Amino acid sequence: MAATEIVQEIKRPPQPPGPIKWMRDNLFNGWGNTLLTLVLLPFAAYVMFSSIRWMFVDADWQVVTNFPLLYAVGQYPRDQLWRVGVGLSLILFLMGASWGKWGGLLRSIAIAFAILFAVFALLPVHHPEFDLGMRLYLGANALLVLAGYFIGRIQSLKASYIVIGWAITPIVTIIFLSGFENSATLPAVGTTLWGGLLVTFLLAAGGIVLSFPIGIALALGRRSSLPVVSAFSTIFIETIRGVPLITILFMFSIILALFLPSESRIDRLLRALMAVTVFSAAYSAENVRGGLQAVPPGQIEAAKAVGMSNFQTMVFITMPQALRAVLPAIVGQFISLFKDTTLVVIVGINDFLGIGRSIINSDPAFMQLQIEVYLFIAVVYWIFCYLMSIASRRLEAMMGVSTRL
Amino acid sequence: MTTNQSSIQYKSDIPFYRDERVLKIIAQIISTILIIGAVVWAIMNFLKAADARGMTLTFDFLKEAAGFPISNPPIEYNPSMTFGRAFLVGLVNTLRVSVFGIIGATILGTLMALARLSSNWLLSRIALIYIEFHRNIPLLVLLFIWYFTIFGQLPRVQESITWPGLVYINRRGFYFTWLRLTETSAPFVISIGIGILLSIIVYVILRRRRELTGQETHYSKISLGILIIFPLIGWFLCTGSPLQLDVPVLEGFNFSGGLRFTPEFAALFIGLTMYTAAFIAEVVRAGIQAVDRGQVEAARAVGLSTSQVLSLVVMPQALRVIIPPMISQYLNLTKNSSLALAVGFQEVFSVGKITINQAGRAVPVFALVMVTYLTMSLLTSFVLNLYNRRIQFVTR
Repeated sequence: MAATEIVQEIKRPPQPPGPIKWMRDNLFNGWGNTLLTLVLLPFAAYVMFSSIRWMFVDADWQVVTNFPLLYAVGQYPRDQLWRVGVGLSLILFLMGASWGKWGGLLRSIAIAFAILFAVFALLPVHHPEFDLGMRLYLGANALLVLAGYFIGRIQSLKASYIVIGWAITPIVTIIFLSGFENSATLPAVGTTLWGGLLVTFLLAAGGIVLSFPIGIALALGRRSSLPVVSAFSTIFIETIRGVPLITILFMFSIILALFLPSESRIDRLLRALMAVTVFSAAYSAENVRGGLQAVPPGQIEAAKAVGMSNFQTMVFITMPQALRAVLPAIVGQFISLFKDTTLVVIVGINDFLGIGRSIINSDPAFMQLQIEVYLFIAVVYWIFCYLMSIASRRLEAMMGVSTRL
Repeated sequence: MTTNQSSIQYKSDIPFYRDERVLKIIAQIISTILIIGAVVWAIMNFLKAADARGMTLTFDFLKEAAGFPISNPPIEYNPSMTFGRAFLVGLVNTLRVSVFGIIGATILGTLMALARLSSNWLLSRIALIYIEFHRNIPLLVLLFIWYFTIFGQLPRVQESITWPGLVYINRRGFYFTWLRLTETSAPFVISIGIGILLSIIVYVILRRRRELTGQETHYSKISLGILIIFPLIGWFLCTGSPLQLDVPVLEGFNFSGGLRFTPEFAALFIGLTMYTAAFIAEVVRAGIQAVDRGQVEAARAVGLSTSQVLSLVVMPQALRVIIPPMISQYLNLTKNSSLALAVGFQEVFSVGKITINQAGRAVPVFALVMVTYLTMSLLTSFVLNLYNRRIQFVTR
């Protein structure tokens, strides 16, 4: 038998076009485009030049650089900061471990966070709060991600341990943050002292984690064959979606107390979290419902035919396909939830934006420096939202949302 | 007979706690009890609290004098008028900013989408920067930037930025020279109304005839002609010009006359419009890209002009994809107008909040605010869904 010879024609990929060719193709093709370029170019150059000049010459960044800890944790007692640190380090360590265990998208996220903390540690800011110890702690967090990675790589370490770790981390973090009455090591810290990015992330993460299961339940409820359940879910979803978030925030901060027994008092921050969760759950429910409708009925019939119970069909057949189909919408919902947490400023909670406002109000001299504060806040939000949307796009590509199904 | 009997036998074998029909009824009863129980429990708590604090649940307060001012009210209002009137002013303000915002955001968003799809790299990049900037920053931060930093730095009244005779901008607001109707303008206004109505009727009739018979009826030209001729006739019927220029004049410490927008309205309007436009741009872009390239090529091949390709082939197909997400963007804009509270523009929500502070009836006021927003949302989505159903694929 003669060996078949595989002749492979190797083509060189086309060379990238030179800069002149590129400019001719993209900026000066046709007289209309040439005119447009000639008009826009000076405008774009002027805007770019003047904003860079403003950033480095005219702007006074003291309203940002003088309060690093205020932006990060608000009024959290400075001698109790290690408690915030424990929660943060725990999360970063688990992130590293998940990277080691599963890789994929988690790799990019973990590396991004490690780099972020390395940058924090080396920030050229001179401030007494930003001393060597703080820098060392931030740098250590970057290393902690790496340490987590190597531990996650150990084969004998079960993946379920990491999942359990993720499940108990929020509880541990909240216990460390709030502490106990009459405790010497963990004295209680009221949520009125919490603030800054800490609160923003707590609200966003809490809202996402809590709203998603509620959303799934509501979506299933709306599709339920029981009229009472279906009607209740539909009314709930449509009412929440029909009113602005700010009314729901006010409902929970003012009205809720009237409908509960008079002796019960719910913490202010918790009420805001409940409002954000309820609001987000209604939107998640509609996303999940969209996914459920996209699952072909044949799938469910086939599952029934091989003897799966209703519950098994839902968990192993319907849900995975439904959630994959609407993944982009779900992540988009999480991004808008993250942005929406800023509304808690209006009910008087000092989240990241609220801290910015209180810094401006703390000193009449800062009234002229508002633009610096708001731009800094805008940039921070922008970075996190943009990273989330990149992650969403990668996740979509990985799960083949557009190619399969 | 035997099979029938065995199936009956088979069914009666199932214990009731495994019979799906029985289980469903039980589940219904349990969920009903749980839901009603929770509601009753909450209401009982509320009644107890209301009793203890001496709260009332009636809407009587709407007839009491409001006692708080609203700056630049769109309809006549002063603090001695009732809470109901104040609420109405708030509602008109909400509608005003929403309608202006929707129109502005649709135009800006469509332009940005076209710019994003432009073959000019620079233009496309500028649009991309605009879109990504607005999509990833919370609206509240953008509103603060507009209101506190940009409009907060406006000059005092005496040092207004002006384009003499046309525009005056200062801390009190934006003043534009505007056309105002004179007292003798009634024939002009009436003839405009008749013209609009007639041109719509003519358009519909002639267009339907064209669709039925295939004859060219020049429906768009004729109805446009009617739209122009009627106001002209009305103009000449008036004694003297029906319109006069209303120029803002500095009187003491303030401008009077002209069209005035407060900085609060301007900040909310511009912030909302630019924020929503970024989302609309993505919606429109997705819609245009969803139209198959072959459609455009085929339309060209049968000899349609560029404008015909756009209006007869691309847009009708793109609109089917665009309309549903566009509806939700419009609803978002309307709901987001409640952020006016943060910049001090008095619309439904902030009037409601002031009413709670003044009259202290949190529950009725909240019920009123929520019902108002729900009605607006449901009405908007109802009307737009009707339109959406009209433009979906017609299977003949």
